[in-house]
Amino acid sequence: MTIAVASGKGGTGKTTVAVGLALALEEEVQLLDCDVEEPNSHLFLPIDEVRSTEHTIPMPRVQNDLCTGCGKCSQFCEFNALALLKDRVLVFDNLCHGCGGCTIICPENAIHEEDRATGKIVFGRSGHIEHIYGDLNTGEPMAPPLIREVKRHITGEKPVILDSPPGTTCPMVTAVKDSDFCLLVTENTPFGLHDLEMAIEVLSDMKIPMGVVINRSDIGKSDVREFCRQKQIPVLLEIPYSRRIAEKYAVGTSIVEAEPQYRELFADMYRKIKQRADGRKA
Amino acid sequence: MTICITSQGKERTSRVDPRFGRCSYFCFYDTDADEYTFEKNEFAGGVGGVGVRSGELLGQKGAKVVLTGQVGPNAYRTLEAAGLEIYPNADGTIEEAVAAFLSGQYSKTSGPTGPARHA
Repeated sequence: MTIAVASGKGGTGKTTVAVGLALALEEEVQLLDCDVEEPNSHLFLPIDEVRSTEHTIPMPRVQNDLCTGCGKCSQFCEFNALALLKDRVLVFDNLCHGCGGCTIICPENAIHEEDRATGKIVFGRSGHIEHIYGDLNTGEPMAPPLIREVKRHITGEKPVILDSPPGTTCPMVTAVKDSDFCLLVTENTPFGLHDLEMAIEVLSDMKIPMGVVINRSDIGKSDVREFCRQKQIPVLLEIPYSRRIAEKYAVGTSIVEAEPQYRELFADMYRKIKQRADGRKA
Repeated sequence: MTICITSQGKERTSRVDPRFGRCSYFCFYDTDADEYTFEKNEFAGGVGGVGVRSGELLGQKGAKVVLTGQVGPNAYRTLEAAGLEIYPNADGTIEEAVAAFLSGQYSKTSGPTGPARHA
């Protein structure tokens, strides 16, 4: 079972919840940090056996002397990464997703591919947690291919907790896709509620069952609870503001070590999610 | 010579669209025939790389000069490679911009004037 932890608004506590959940499980678990633009779950865990591999995506390179200017490559490109000019084809690496379509479609075999590094994948272990994260190169705009590559390491043999990027754009969609359940971490503020609404819309479209965690739940005046009730989305956990959690977070200590009662609360939440997911399958 | 002006509408009295890639219309002005033609910009609502598509179109139309407000990095690279001269900061109506260009009031840019903008 894969549980994605997403949020809409950034800074609501996705990593706090993802790491807390992974630590609260007593069985072997994979923790995937797919927030590749700013991976940080590894800061809250002592990690051993660290190794990493470079991630590359194939970039088209056009041999203009073979090109007849038919324009099929440029017409095919969904991402506008190729421009057909009179005497050559321009390639925009910053727009290319590396799908390889132009190379296949070129009738003259005038396109070959060169690998371009976009980041790395880092593997490690922390007790019962197999930890994998993507780390996108600074300034690199193309996050989804690296996120997909991180997710390729899901074995399916043990539960997966997946820390998603914030927002509701391509990186978030790529991260939560194919999850069995998505936890949305929010706060009781206008921004928190606004972005929660957008995230719920995305997940509804993707037909991913979801639940909400309200962080710093005693701060703010927006009515996240009422909104969730109307939308019939369960609020699975509320985490009231705690200076101790914040202080411990600031020095890289997880919520379940800062406030041990959360270990059982997270374990209980996991059981509830598992029941719902199993119920759907049955 | 064909001059392209990014336009908010399809009349000579329409205002110059300050956006290059996402302008509403392209106006093509043929200086020899003194003729204006307008074409809706089908790429205006695209997610990304719109400047590339718009630049590609202008190259295929054989335009030599573009008058617009701002050009981003992807648009600049395409237009430059297609051999167009880019005159940013154009404003007023289409006719006013053409007159201002022809009387030498605009200056060419040798780089993008702003960042890429998404939809």
